[in-house]
Amino acid sequence: MTDTMETTKSAPKSRLAKFWDSDFAWSFRHSPVAVIASLVVVVLVLAAIFAPLIAPYNPFDPATLNLMNGFTPPGTPNAFTQETFLLGTDDQGRDVFSTILYGLRISLFVGVSAVLLALIIGVILGLIAAYFGGWIETLIMRIADVQLTFPAILVAMLIFGIAKGITPPEYRDEMAIYVLIIAIALSDWVQFARVVRGAALVEKNKEYVQAARLIGRGSFPIMFRHILPNVLSPVLVIATISLALAIIAEATLSFLGVGAPPTQPSLGTLIRIGQGFLFSGEWWILFFPACTLLALALSVNLLGDWLRDALNPKLR
Amino acid sequence: MSLLTIQDLTVEFPTRRQLFTAVDHASLSVEPGEIHGLVGESGAGKSTIGAAVMGLLERPGRIAGGQIKLGGDQISGIDVEAMRGLRGKKISMIFQDPLTSLNPLFTVREQLVETIQAHLGGSEAEANKRARDLIDRVGIPDPDTRLDQYPHQFSGGMRQRVVIALALCTEPDVIIADEPTTALDVSVQAQILDLIKELAQERQVGVILITHDMGVIADTTDRVTVMYAGKVVESGTTAQVMGQPQHEYTKSLIAAVPRPTLKLHRFPQISYGGRETRFAIEDMARHWPKVDNDTSKPVYEIRNLTKKFLQRRGLLPWDRTYFTAVDDVSFDIQAGEVFGVVGESGSGKSTVARMIAGLYPVDGGTISFQGKLVSDLSDRAVQDEYRKNIQMIFQDPYSSLNPRMRVDEIVAEPIRHHKLMSGTDIKRRVDELLDQVGLGHEAGQKYPHEFSGGQRQRISIARALATQPRFLICDEPTSALDVSIQAQILNILKDLQEHLGLTMLFISHDLPVVRQMCDRVAVMKQGQMVEIQETSDLFANPQTDYARELLRLMPKLDDLSTDGLGEREE
Repeated sequence: MTDTMETTKSAPKSRLAKFWDSDFAWSFRHSPVAVIASLVVVVLVLAAIFAPLIAPYNPFDPATLNLMNGFTPPGTPNAFTQETFLLGTDDQGRDVFSTILYGLRISLFVGVSAVLLALIIGVILGLIAAYFGGWIETLIMRIADVQLTFPAILVAMLIFGIAKGITPPEYRDEMAIYVLIIAIALSDWVQFARVVRGAALVEKNKEYVQAARLIGRGSFPIMFRHILPNVLSPVLVIATISLALAIIAEATLSFLGVGAPPTQPSLGTLIRIGQGFLFSGEWWILFFPACTLLALALSVNLLGDWLRDALNPKLR
Repeated sequence: MSLLTIQDLTVEFPTRRQLFTAVDHASLSVEPGEIHGLVGESGAGKSTIGAAVMGLLERPGRIAGGQIKLGGDQISGIDVEAMRGLRGKKISMIFQDPLTSLNPLFTVREQLVETIQAHLGGSEAEANKRARDLIDRVGIPDPDTRLDQYPHQFSGGMRQRVVIALALCTEPDVIIADEPTTALDVSVQAQILDLIKELAQERQVGVILITHDMGVIADTTDRVTVMYAGKVVESGTTAQVMGQPQHEYTKSLIAAVPRPTLKLHRFPQISYGGRETRFAIEDMARHWPKVDNDTSKPVYEIRNLTKKFLQRRGLLPWDRTYFTAVDDVSFDIQAGEVFGVVGESGSGKSTVARMIAGLYPVDGGTISFQGKLVSDLSDRAVQDEYRKNIQMIFQDPYSSLNPRMRVDEIVAEPIRHHKLMSGTDIKRRVDELLDQVGLGHEAGQKYPHEFSGGQRQRISIARALATQPRFLICDEPTSALDVSIQAQILNILKDLQEHLGLTMLFISHDLPVVRQMCDRVAVMKQGQMVEIQETSDLFANPQTDYARELLRLMPKLDDLSTDGLGEREE
């Protein structure tokens, strides 16, 4: 008791210094797994953001492609053009390194947007279910239960299929990414809703919520001003872990051919393209995108695991 | 020779920032058949001693010095395997919450027989017989049927009896009881303490009774050790320590205990450790809107109040069953008085408070405040006006403040919501309030977790006073606090009532506290109000059997030192 008083009374520290000194930052610094995983994530995210600056070629510009460069192995000069590519080229002569950077961009964009959308839907529905209870809760949670009985990929494919049916053919490629985001988000909101509902049910009965009701605050201010900030830490953990799942789901859908179109290849599309050449010797077309996907998903997952432990004092 | 000797025990918890010494060179010893009380406020290290003896210190805690000896053999620092042989066999423990210390998936018989066989061996028939004898001995009626029931089929008191049987079943030398009755009602508490006392005598077991309750110490223990901040400050026979305390801390602790027999004007200020901060009541009174408490008409008229909770859901109305929490309760509260409601847990006293606060809708009856009907929650205009005039102070200061809001936001919320002020005025008012409750306006920049329980309760009070209400509901405002902090908070509440002319509804299970605080008291039992009387009349001359029983079970505390109690009213 007195110790916390003293530390807070001593010279005012900047927010950054305070954060650096917090238990949270400390546990991060002392977890090699978390540090390495976040380094990998940061490098991959930066690479994706600055892809146009880093990538030696623009794989989406047909003018720069030379079909003669097709199937160049990594690091060795092409037999016809004498050009060298760091990670080789694919069947159309696109630089694999550049396509990975651009693919990473799409994969990350789809993953992050899908998780954000799922988070917003899930958190709102979960809060409403927990706060109001009764038939509203029953309705929301039964819909969630029903949705859980379908595999996420199946739900995503269904939504993707419907969307493809109703969009005009000329917009299909442009719409594909957004449809993908919605499809993944709609198959993923359930876990947010469940976690938020569980945590909010506990918070709802705490006395500070009653104090707010006593003041006369309405339902929505109480839900969003009082309960929401107190249920965010499990949401953060779920969001990190589902980011990895969403990236993989996107890759799976793209691999199955229902995701990102070949004109805007994501990592999954690249893997689909590459798997056709795996047994004919052009292993690099598959191998490098797959490794990138693996590194990204694994790091995000490890980060999520660490976050869960760090935010849950009982596991420490 | 003593059964258990603790010598110079030091327990440390190394944390990342500093080494925290939870127990600092503590010594005590327990004789056969003796109940040794270990008393102190939260954080004094009393439970840590219990855990150290059991070898159950949570990591990273460690015994940094001293010895624990059981019947001459050292047991501190022995390896895990050897300790496991002792734990449960030679030393047992009784925990605070009997619900969590029994396994809900096994019957009482299974749990007892397993423990007996694990430690004493022998055939199942012998173990069964032993289990039956024990259950009989701890006073559970009809042992043959009760043995095959699950823990949830027992009431709290009966469950604690099962835990005691479990602790006794291996014939231990020492039992450590860590707040064994804190979760129980007064009437049950008395029975359990009597049982522990009897059994300690009968089986010559040494008992360490860890508690924060001076009443329990005074009534039950033979010897007592007082702890403060990890150190033993005083130790001796109970009569001596309670009657003629030597150490300043013990004196201040005893002075802060509310007495059932004498009513004080104010509780004495606790000076030890310099934790008392001034509550600037005069400041507050100057800015408070003048009220003249019209005593001709009651503030509250409550008629036939009823509340039912759904016990079993059902699609069809006749499939549902209800539990009547509050049953046809009627009473008035006069302007400027403190109206107390006492009763055991489940008597419906909190439900009454919550209905008056408008947190629960009423299922029957009416509540009128200053002549206006306020029990209809759908009338927004009336409700809005009503909510400005009432506020509530909650029981648990750890859950009544939103942990993610800054203190100034918490205190400002009622003002903002009712649009009583704007912009800089709000900030000024919040600073004023925090200064007045003795926290200082710098407190506004911090978050609730940076404060102790007593300080949090002051923040709660600041929030409750923000709208300058006329009526304050206090639902067990001090039952989660240490006795010295309780005295401070009760003093503040008294000041509020006297200087600001606030009317209060004061809910408590603690009769001595009610005696100190209330002008009139209602006694509740199973949802009904069985008796309403002037406080002094109730204590002198209870009319109903139930009130008489409650008063009989109340710890008398006659032997406690009365030094420094100050001005008395009766």
